[in-house]
Amino acid sequence: MLVYALRRLLLAIPLLLGITFVSFLIIQLAPGDPTQMQFGDQNIEHSKIAWEQMNKEYGLDKPLHVQYWNWLSRLVRLDLSRSFAPHGRQVRTMIAERLPITLLLNIVEMLIILALAVPIGVLSATRQYSSFDKATTIFVFVGFATPDFWLALLLMILFSVQLGWLPISGLHSMNWEYLSFWQQQGDFLSHLILPITVASFGGLAGFSRYMRQSMLEVIRQDYIQSARAKGLAERVVVGKHALRNALLPIVTILGLSLPGLIGGSVIMESIFAIPGMGQLMVQAAFERDYPVLMGNLVVVSTITLLANLAADVAYGLVDPRIRVGRRRR
Amino acid sequence: MKSFWRAFRRNRLAVVGGIITVCLALLALAAPVLAPWDPHRPDVKKILAAPSGTHLAGTDQIGRDVLSRMLFGARVSLAVGFVSVGISAFIGIALGSLAGYNGGLVDAVIMRVVDLVLVFPRLFLLLAVLAFLKPSIWMIMAVIGLTSWMGTARLVRAEFLSLKEREFVLWSQSIGASGFRVIWRHILPNAMAPLLVAMTLGIPAAILLESALSFLGLGVQPPHATWGNILNEGKEVIELAWWLSVYPGIAILLTVLSYNLLGEGIRDALDPRLRQSAGRVGGRVR
Repeated sequence: MLVYALRRLLLAIPLLLGITFVSFLIIQLAPGDPTQMQFGDQNIEHSKIAWEQMNKEYGLDKPLHVQYWNWLSRLVRLDLSRSFAPHGRQVRTMIAERLPITLLLNIVEMLIILALAVPIGVLSATRQYSSFDKATTIFVFVGFATPDFWLALLLMILFSVQLGWLPISGLHSMNWEYLSFWQQQGDFLSHLILPITVASFGGLAGFSRYMRQSMLEVIRQDYIQSARAKGLAERVVVGKHALRNALLPIVTILGLSLPGLIGGSVIMESIFAIPGMGQLMVQAAFERDYPVLMGNLVVVSTITLLANLAADVAYGLVDPRIRVGRRRR
Repeated sequence: MKSFWRAFRRNRLAVVGGIITVCLALLALAAPVLAPWDPHRPDVKKILAAPSGTHLAGTDQIGRDVLSRMLFGARVSLAVGFVSVGISAFIGIALGSLAGYNGGLVDAVIMRVVDLVLVFPRLFLLLAVLAFLKPSIWMIMAVIGLTSWMGTARLVRAEFLSLKEREFVLWSQSIGASGFRVIWRHILPNAMAPLLVAMTLGIPAAILLESALSFLGLGVQPPHATWGNILNEGKEVIELAWWLSVYPGIAILLTVLSYNLLGEGIRDALDPRLRQSAGRVGGRVR
């Protein structure tokens, strides 16, 4: 097991290096000079001086490979340089403020998806072609086709505009400071309900489908027949014997769908005005704030890589065949 | 082919999906004829008019007819879907067949590149790229295509790995056919079925992605009408004009749903075996 985990870790190192390389390259290859865009519309003479200063300040007058090396060596020390925005804050602190919110949202979302998708998948597999199964199949197709930002708008119209039950955006109400501690928690939670509901919806469709598929494959196998033949209750056969094996592929799919879930925060956070990584990324894209864009891209994809790694190792833990056999594709 | 039709026709949902996709394509093509109003002409007397007999889907902040804008938006959405899938299929087929046919080091390098691109959450990657580009329709098609070929590459590679050991491939190699000829004339045609399915399911995924980017304001820019940027404008006036937020979304939902149904129908009709291998429904934005 240790060997297996170490091998996975070794394979992740070139990927990590690749992440930094791609993040650096994308922004360097883009046409137009990031600093020039900052001063484009000012007085020509002044903007030239300012532009040269800025290039020196950020080391943009050096050749590409030197820039990459400088950037990489600062990255190792977790120095992501400063934002281009007038406040000029450290990108590191900006990300540190926002990362916990995005992680919290994604983890809660993931737990909700799993808690609902597993029972839905199992039920529709064990009652294949029943009306429950048909209803979930329809739900899956509609769920796949619904743009999540549109669902967010609809729910906002219904619950925030028409009914006025839930706050429309942000994480806190205007009167946050005047609330008692428990009221503050309640207020915070009520702000999270819509974003989390919407974000879980799409993932739920996918996962319940996979769960159903995986369960269908398992319950056709011989050992399930023999468990039944032994006279075990159907509940035990499905809940214990079948479920364990049916959950195995879900671990992998969980790992594979992480980039998607994290990417989804871009949309959720900008609709609901939640100050997380996704919203920061959209702002930075509009402002062409490239230290923030690079830092954000590296951090988000590194987290995805680590989560994938964890999923791989977890898969090795639950399924001994993986450790012994050749590498999975 | 005949048996394909028979199997496909039996699947009622897939047929409905197919009919809707054809209708949508016709509507988009005929948009200049069908649109009741000029999609770009503002009318200050009719700002945010609710849906009525003259404006079936209401008007927007500067009085443009929403239905006409949606018809023209359909052209953008479908064009983005088809062209970006074309781009991603081209890259995916090229890299996937190189990797699968050659194996060894070439395969290892290409597959690591696939792994690498997959590690980046898609929207974050797209935002980083789009921040420095002038977002024209062509640019959106290109960036969506360039970031969505990985699935196709993996699929094609897997097909090649199994097909290249087959006898007909060995025979054509033994009579001295070039690598390109073997790939193009012998192996690829046999890998068409799952590829076709993947491409059909890639279209709705690209449409969703374009509408999400336009919704964020980083996709196709106004005055071009797209479903995504009508929704974006609708968000500003969500408390006043629900029709700007509802109708374009229904259009996206219907389009994506019908392409997904069509794609799944083609898959099941081509080869029930593919149910497991080639497939899953396309279409999450992320």
